[in-house]
Amino acid sequence: MDKKLYTVIIYSENLAGVLNQVTSEFTRRQMNIETLNVSSSSIEGVHRYTLSLWSEEEIIQKVVKRLEKKIDILRANYYTEDEIFVQEVALYKISTPKLLDNKQISRIIRHNNARVIEINSTYTVVEQTGKTETIIKLYKEFAAEECVLQFVKSGHIAVTRDVIEHLTEQLYVFDEDANRTRE
Amino acid sequence: MKEIITGAEALMRALMNEGVDTIFGYPGGSIMPVFDAMYDHRHNFRQVLVRHEQGATHAAEGYARSSGRVGVCIVTSGPGATNTLTGISDAILDSTPIVVIAGQVASGVLGTDAFQEIDLVGVTQPISKWSYQIRRAEDIAWAVARAFYIARSGRPGPVVLDFTKNAQVSQVAYEPAELGKIRSYVPYPKPLPEAVKAAAELIGRAQRPYALVGQGVELGEAHEELKAFLEKGNIPAARTLLGLSALPSDYPLTMGMLGMHGNLSCNINTNQADVIIAIGMRFSDRVTGDLTTYAKQAKIIHLDIDRAEIDKCVKADIPVIGDCKETLPLITELMPEGSHKEWIESFADYDAIEQERVIDKALNPKEGPIKMGEVARCVSDATNNSAILVTDVGQNQMMACRYFKYTKPHSVLTSGGLGTMGYGLPAAVGASMAVPDRTVCVFMGDGGFQMNMQELGTIMEQRVPVKMILMNNNYLGNVRQWQEMFYNNRYSWTPMMNPDYNMIASAYGIPSRLVVKREELADAVREMIETPGAFLLHVAVEEEDNVMPMIPPGASICDMVLE
Repeated sequence: MDKKLYTVIIYSENLAGVLNQVTSEFTRRQMNIETLNVSSSSIEGVHRYTLSLWSEEEIIQKVVKRLEKKIDILRANYYTEDEIFVQEVALYKISTPKLLDNKQISRIIRHNNARVIEINSTYTVVEQTGKTETIIKLYKEFAAEECVLQFVKSGHIAVTRDVIEHLTEQLYVFDEDANRTRE
Repeated sequence: MKEIITGAEALMRALMNEGVDTIFGYPGGSIMPVFDAMYDHRHNFRQVLVRHEQGATHAAEGYARSSGRVGVCIVTSGPGATNTLTGISDAILDSTPIVVIAGQVASGVLGTDAFQEIDLVGVTQPISKWSYQIRRAEDIAWAVARAFYIARSGRPGPVVLDFTKNAQVSQVAYEPAELGKIRSYVPYPKPLPEAVKAAAELIGRAQRPYALVGQGVELGEAHEELKAFLEKGNIPAARTLLGLSALPSDYPLTMGMLGMHGNLSCNINTNQADVIIAIGMRFSDRVTGDLTTYAKQAKIIHLDIDRAEIDKCVKADIPVIGDCKETLPLITELMPEGSHKEWIESFADYDAIEQERVIDKALNPKEGPIKMGEVARCVSDATNNSAILVTDVGQNQMMACRYFKYTKPHSVLTSGGLGTMGYGLPAAVGASMAVPDRTVCVFMGDGGFQMNMQELGTIMEQRVPVKMILMNNNYLGNVRQWQEMFYNNRYSWTPMMNPDYNMIASAYGIPSRLVVKREELADAVREMIETPGAFLLHVAVEEEDNVMPMIPPGASICDMVLE
C-alpha cells in the first residue's frame, strides 16, 4: 500500500495529558510522528495540534476516528498535502566571523530571501519560512560553507484550503448534539 | 450556606449524589482519608472488602454488566492502582461502565518517586474512556459527576479518578455539581435520516437479510426494538458472545452464536446472506475469522453508537450511527414487511449436522467421563434457564456460553475482548450484589479459578450466594486444545497439579460437592441450587475434551472444524 505524508489537525480542550492521549494512538501502531506543533488556537481554551506523518489512508482514517472519540478532543481531521497550505519556520545560527570572511554566505541569504533577525560579533541568526524543501536547501547551502552553529526548524503548521471554517461550525453542531440524551 | 467538609467527605456526598449503593475496595496509605470517611457511611453504601484489587474491578464489572448501573472501586495508589489495570482494560474492550477511584500521593510530591507513587493517569489513558487527576478538593464534585456521566453514557466504559491525598484532606465548601454538557463529547449521535432510509430500502430489497446482534443491544436496552425489527422483516438473527442474552435462546428468529466456537449455521450463512445488518457489534476477529473471505458477497449495514467502529474491521456500505434503541425503530418503521422462509430454513440443514456431530456428543454422552457441555446444560435446566451466567475464560467459557440457555436480558457476563482469566469469580460477586433477586452461576476452569481464588474470602465475609461450578480437567484446557490441534500434542505448560478444591471451599466455610460420575451430576446440581448461599460444585470433567466446532485461528468462517 502507498504511504503518503498526511497532516493531522486536532482541536482539543486545554487540559493536561491530551498530548499523551494523542501520541498513544500512534504509539500503539508504532507510527512515527514526523513533525508536531501544539499551540493555542484562535478559540479561547481550545488547543490546536498539527502533526505530520507517513501513513496509508486506511490507517490514518481509523486513527483519526479514534482520536476524535477521546473525551477531551473536539475534532480531528487528516489532510493530504494538496488540501492544505503547509509552512515551516527555521532558524539558522551562523558564525559572524565566517559571514564577514566569506561573501558567498551573504549571497546565499539574499538569493534565498532569508531574513537576518539578530547579528552580533560572534553569531548571526537567520530566519527562513517556507516549505520543508526550501528550508533544507538553505541549510545545505550554509552547511557547504561550514558556517552553521545551530539549526532548528518548526514542525508543519498548516491551514486548510476549505472555504468554510470547520471548527467554528463544528463547535456549533457539538453544542446541539452534546445536549442529546437517551430518552 | 454551603457546608465546609473534607475532600474525602465530599467524595462520599458526590457518590451518593450518583446513586452509588455498593463500593468494591481495598484500603492503603494514600486513600486512608477516604476509607476513614467511609466509616461514617457504613449505612449508605455496601462496603465490600475484596481480597485483591483486580477482584474489585471485575466485581465492579459484574455489578455493572448485570444491572446497567455504574460499578465503583476505591483502591490505594501504586500497587493498589496497578492491580486495577487488567479490570480497566477488560472494561474498555467490553464497554463496561466502571469508575475506579485510586488514591495518589500529595500533589506536592508528584514526580518525586514518592512511596507508592505511579503515574496512574499516564498509565490508564490508553485503556480508559477518561482518566483524570483530582488535585484540589474544589474539583471533586465536578470530576465525580463527569466521571459517572462519561462512564455510563454513549458507549459505556471505564473511567479513572486519581485522587491526590491533599485533595482528600483539604476543606471545601461542597455543593453537588450540576453537570452541563461536555462540548467535546457526543454520547448519542443523531441518526442521519438518509442513512436510515437507505438501510430500510436495502433491507426491503434483500432476499437473504441477516442480523448480527451484539452487546450494543443490551447496553442500549433495545431488546424490544430489536424484536420488532426482526419480526417485521422476518429476519434471522445470530448473536455474538457478548450479545447472547440480547435475544432469548428459544426466540424463533434466534439462530445461534457467531464466531470461533459459534454455531455452524450462523457462521456459514454469514457468507450466504445478501444483506448483513450488524447491530451493536464490532466485527471482532473472533467473530470474523479471516477478513479477506468474510461476507464479501453481502452489503453491510452497520448500526453502532461509536463512529470509530464504522469501517474499523469490515467496511460498511451503509453506516447508521446512533443508539440502536433509537435507530432500530426508525429503520423498522420505514422498511416493508418481509418473508424469508426459505432463507431461515437454510439454517436448519447446518444445525442438523452440528447437532449430530457436535451437540449430541457434548450433551448426551452415554459413557466416559462427564463432559463440560452437559454440566452447563444441566445447570441451565435446573435454573429454568433464568439464571445469570458468569464465566471465566477458556473452554469453560465457550462450553457454558454455548450450552446455557437464556430467557432474560443481561444474563451473560463473560470477558470477551480481553479474555481475562480470573474474571469469573469476582464478576459473579458483583452481579450477585447488583441483582440479588437473580441466581448467579459462575463457570470456571481449574486455571481461571486459581487466578482470583482469593475472592472466596469476599464471598465468605459478605455471604454472597454465588453458585460456583468448577469444571476441573487438570489442564489449562483451551491452550491444551490448541496444542493438540496446532502444536502436535506438545502439552507445554498446560498439565496442572491441582489442590483439593473441596477442602479449599470448606476452609472458607463454603459447602461443596465433588462429582465424578455422570449419574450424580443432576442431583449435585439440584443440591447446589437448593442450598442457600454460596456453593462450590466441583466437577471432574473429561481431561482432554475439546470445544467444537471451531474456526481455526486465521481461517475462514466457512472452514469450521467439527471434530
